Amino acid sequence: MTSIIPASAHGAPGGGAAVAPRVRGGAPWSAFLLRRLGGVAVLVAVLVLMTFLIVRLVPGDPARNLVGLTASTEQLQAVRSQLGLEDSLGQQLVNYVGNLVSGGLGDSFVTSQPVSRLLGERLPVTAELAGLALAIVIVVGFPAGMGMAAWQHKRRVRWGDSAFTTVTSLGGAMPEYVTGTVLIYLFALKFDLLPAQGGAAPSEIILPALSVAFAPMAIFARLVRNETSAVLGKEYITTAVSKRLPSWRLYLTHVLPNVVTSTLTLGGLLLVALLGGTVITENVFNVPGIGTAVVNAILQSDYPVIQGIILVLGLLAIAITFAVDIVLGLVDPRTVSAVRSQ
Amino acid sequence: MTTSKRRKPFALWLGAALLLALSVLAVVAPIIWGDSAAALSSEVRGGPSAEHLLGTDPLGRDVLDRTLVAARLTLAMAAVTTLIAVGGGIVLGATIVVAGRRVRGLGERLIDLMIAYPPIIVALSITAIFRPSVGSVVVAIGLAFVPQFARLTNTLASSVSSKDYVVVARLVGLRPTRLLFRHVIPNLAGPLLVLTSVGFASAIITLSGLSFIGLGVQEPSYDWGRLLAQALQDLGVNPIEAFGPGIAILITGLAAGLLGDGLNQFLDPRGPVRRRRRRRAATSGGADARTPHAALLAPAPDAVVSVRDLTIAASPESVGAPLVRGVSLDVRAGEILGIVGESGSGKSLTAMAIARLLAPGLHWSAETLSINGADVSDAREQTPVRLATDVGVVFQDPSSCFNPARHVGPQITEVARVHQGLSKRAANELAIERLREARVSSPEVRMRQYPHELSGGMRQRAMIAMALLTSPSLLIADEPTTALDVTVQADVLQLLHRISTTRNMAIVLISHDIKVVSTLCHRVCVMYAGRIVEELTVEDLREGRVCHPYTRALLDAAPRLEPSARQVPLIPLPGRPPQPDQPIVGCAFADRCPLVTDRCRQEDPALRALPRGGVAACHVSTGPLEDLLVTQ
Repeated sequence: MTSIIPASAHGAPGGGAAVAPRVRGGAPWSAFLLRRLGGVAVLVAVLVLMTFLIVRLVPGDPARNLVGLTASTEQLQAVRSQLGLEDSLGQQLVNYVGNLVSGGLGDSFVTSQPVSRLLGERLPVTAELAGLALAIVIVVGFPAGMGMAAWQHKRRVRWGDSAFTTVTSLGGAMPEYVTGTVLIYLFALKFDLLPAQGGAAPSEIILPALSVAFAPMAIFARLVRNETSAVLGKEYITTAVSKRLPSWRLYLTHVLPNVVTSTLTLGGLLLVALLGGTVITENVFNVPGIGTAVVNAILQSDYPVIQGIILVLGLLAIAITFAVDIVLGLVDPRTVSAVRSQ
Repeated sequence: MTTSKRRKPFALWLGAALLLALSVLAVVAPIIWGDSAAALSSEVRGGPSAEHLLGTDPLGRDVLDRTLVAARLTLAMAAVTTLIAVGGGIVLGATIVVAGRRVRGLGERLIDLMIAYPPIIVALSITAIFRPSVGSVVVAIGLAFVPQFARLTNTLASSVSSKDYVVVARLVGLRPTRLLFRHVIPNLAGPLLVLTSVGFASAIITLSGLSFIGLGVQEPSYDWGRLLAQALQDLGVNPIEAFGPGIAILITGLAAGLLGDGLNQFLDPRGPVRRRRRRRAATSGGADARTPHAALLAPAPDAVVSVRDLTIAASPESVGAPLVRGVSLDVRAGEILGIVGESGSGKSLTAMAIARLLAPGLHWSAETLSINGADVSDAREQTPVRLATDVGVVFQDPSSCFNPARHVGPQITEVARVHQGLSKRAANELAIERLREARVSSPEVRMRQYPHELSGGMRQRAMIAMALLTSPSLLIADEPTTALDVTVQADVLQLLHRISTTRNMAIVLISHDIKVVSTLCHRVCVMYAGRIVEELTVEDLREGRVCHPYTRALLDAAPRLEPSARQVPLIPLPGRPPQPDQPIVGCAFADRCPLVTDRCRQEDPALRALPRGGVAACHVSTGPLEDLLVTQ
C-alpha cells in the first residue's frame, strides 16, 4: 500500500518562493497551533462518525448477519440491544460517543473480551513493527538518497541518475506481500535463518519489518535524492560553497535543514501509508498485531473489534500528520508565519 | 542546450506495450485456458514439470493456466477501481476549483484533511460494511483513493485556472461548467493521463493486497492476490507456484508505473530527458583570437587579482566554442573594475571563475589566476580555504542567497567561526560591527531573524556585511543591484563605493547596466559573446570616447539624464547575441554591427592597444566612435 503517492506527481512542497509576510517579534505559533488543532478536531470527529456508521450502514440487519438465519428472536433481540440498534440514530451516536469518552470500546462478539484489552495486547506488536520499519526506511533511505545526490553533484556520472531511478522504481513497485513471500522463501525456507512466523520477539520481527520497509525505503530514497539535488542547485548553496566549508559541514548545516523541510511533508504521507503496509504484512507473517485482528474481525463480522481497530488506526494517522506539521513548523519558520497570510 | 530534441521515452513505449499485451491476455486467456485452469488432476502440489510449468495447486490445477486466466478478473477490477478513484478525484478536484471562492477554500481544506486518513482505513471500513467480495473491494479501494486524486487534480487545475487565458475567460463571463470543460480539463489531459496510469498501478497492487489477505475476491473466484496467498501456503512444497501470480502483479504494476513515468517525461519538456547536454560542434572560430590580450597586459605584481587567458567551456569536447574565451584582467587594491555586457556574454561566469565558484559541470582553465599573489589556477586542485577569507562575494538576488531555513546571524558569522576559529561571541560582535558598517538597522535583532523577515535591500546589505566579515582584499559583486528596487539600488551602490575607498579594497562589479558601471567603477571591461571586446577607463566611457561599436551601441541604448542629451533618441541594439551552441566564425558582433566588413565575417579581431589608452577588438574602428551609429 505504499506506492500510492506518485513521487513525480507532487511538486516540491518547499521549492516555491513563497515568502511569507514579514512577522516582527510576536509569535504566530499560537495561531499556527490553533489552526492545526482545529484540523485534528475535525479529523477525529469524522473518524468517530465513520466508525459509528460502519455498523449502521451494513445492508440488511447487522444483528441478523451476526447470529445467522437460524437464531431465535430472543437471540436476535439480545444482539440488537448489544449493538445499540434499538434507539434512534441520534441517541445511538450520543451513546457511542459517550462510551468512547469513558474509554469503552465494547466487547468482542466472538471472544466476549473487551476490545480495549485486545488492543492492549496487539497494538504494541503493531507499533513495534511499524516503528522498526520506519527506522529502516529513514536509516537506509535518507543517507542513500542524499549520498546519491551528493555523488552525482560532484561526479556527474552519465548513467548514475538513470540507474538510481531504475533501481528505486523497481524497489518502490514491490508490494509488501510479494516482498514478504520472497523473504520467507529465502530466509525461512531456503536458508532457515529466521522464522516465517511473525511475532514480537526480535528474530520474529525482522522479516516483517523488512517487508513493510522495502518499497517505502526505495521511494523515500528517491524523494530525498530529488530534494537534495534541488537544494544543491539553489543559490544559497553557492553562498555556502563560497565559504569553503568542510563538506560534512556544508551538507549537515546547509543542505540537511532544507532537505528535511521539503522531505517531511511527503515523508509524513509515506509514514501514514506505512500503517497500511503494516496491516497487510501482519497477515503475510501472521503477526499477532491489530492488522491480523482486523482482518479476522471483518471476516467474522465482529463489529466492536472492527470499530475499535479502525478508530485506533485513524487516530495514529491523525497523530502522525499532526506531529509532522508541528515538526515542520519547528524546522521551517515559514510554515508557521504562512498561517497569517491564509 | 535549448534546442535539443525531445527523446521519445523508452519507458513510455515499454509500459504501453506491456499493458497492451496484458489487455489482450485478459481478453483471450479465459477463452483459451479457461477449461484447463479448472481441470483437477491427481498431481497435487506438484513441482514444475513439462506439463505444468509452474506446478499444480492443492487440487492439482495448473498454476500457470490459473495465473493467465486470473488476468481478466484482476485487470478488470483494477480498471474499474481506477475509474472510480481517478474519475471521482477529477470531478471533485476540478469542481472545487471552478466553484465559488468560499466553496473552494472549504473544499480544499476538506480534501487536505481527508488525505490524513490512510486509504487502508477507508478500504477496511467499506469491506466491513459490505462483506468482502469483488464488488465491495473495488468500491472500497476506488473510494479510498478519491481524496488523493482530488488533491492532485485540484493542484493541477489551480495552476491552470490561474493562467491568463482562464482568467480572461472568467472575466468575459463564461459559466463555471463551460470554463471547466472548455479551458481547464483540456489543458489537464496530459497530467491526468499520467495520474490514471499511476492510479492503475496503485490499484492493482492494493487490490491484490486485499485479496491476498482474504478481504477481496472470495472462493471459487480467483485473482492474482488470491493465487499468491495460496502459493504462500504451499511455499515449502512448491515455491515456484508463487512465481506466476507474484511476477504478474509486479509486471502489471511496473508497466503502469513505466507508462506514467514515460508520459510524464514526454509531457514535461523540462524533465530529465532533456537534461542530456548537447555536444557542441567544434569550430575553428575564436581559437585564433586567443591570448593577445594576455600579451598586451603588463605583469601587475601589485594586483590583488590577476587573470590571464581564462577559458570556460560547458564540456571538455567543446573547446572550439567556449562560453568564455581568453579573458585577462587585473584589479588593484582600491580599484573598482566593472564588467559589463548583455546576459550570456560570460561576465558572471568570469566572476564566478575568479571566485572559484563555477558549477561542477563546467570546465575551465587559465594561464594565470592569482589572488593576493597566491596561484589558484589549477582547476583540479581543491579550492584553497584562503579564498573564503580573502574573497567576499555578493550575489544578484539577496532573497535566494541566504538559506531560508537558518537564522541570518550564524550564516554571517560562519566563515569567521570555521576558518578563523573565532568564538561564537567574538564572531557575533564582529558581524554586528559589519552590519552596522553596511548600514543595517538594529543589527542585533537582524542576527536572530530569518532571511524572509528582512526586506530586499536589508538582505543585500546583510549579504555585503557577510562578504566583508573577514576583511577580504577582493569583493566580487555579481549584479548586486539588479534584483532591488530603484530607490534601494542607489543606496547599495553608494555603500560599495564607500567600502572600496575606506577599506582600499579591490572590487569586481558585474552588471548589464552600463550606467551603474559608469557611476561606480574606475575601469570597465566590455564583454561580448564570451570575450572582452573593449577595456577603457571610466572617464573615457563617460565622455563617450569609446572605440568598439558594441560599447557605442550599449551607450546609445542607455537612457541619459543630462538635460543636453535628453533630445537624443535612444537607439535599441538590433539583433541578438550569438547562442552559446552556435559556432562563432569571425567577429561575434558582425551580424549586429553597422560597421561590418567582409573581413569581420571571416577573422575574429584581436585586442589591440589604442592611442587613447585601453584596448579594443575591432578591425574597423581605432578611435572614438562619435555617434557613428546614429548616422548609419
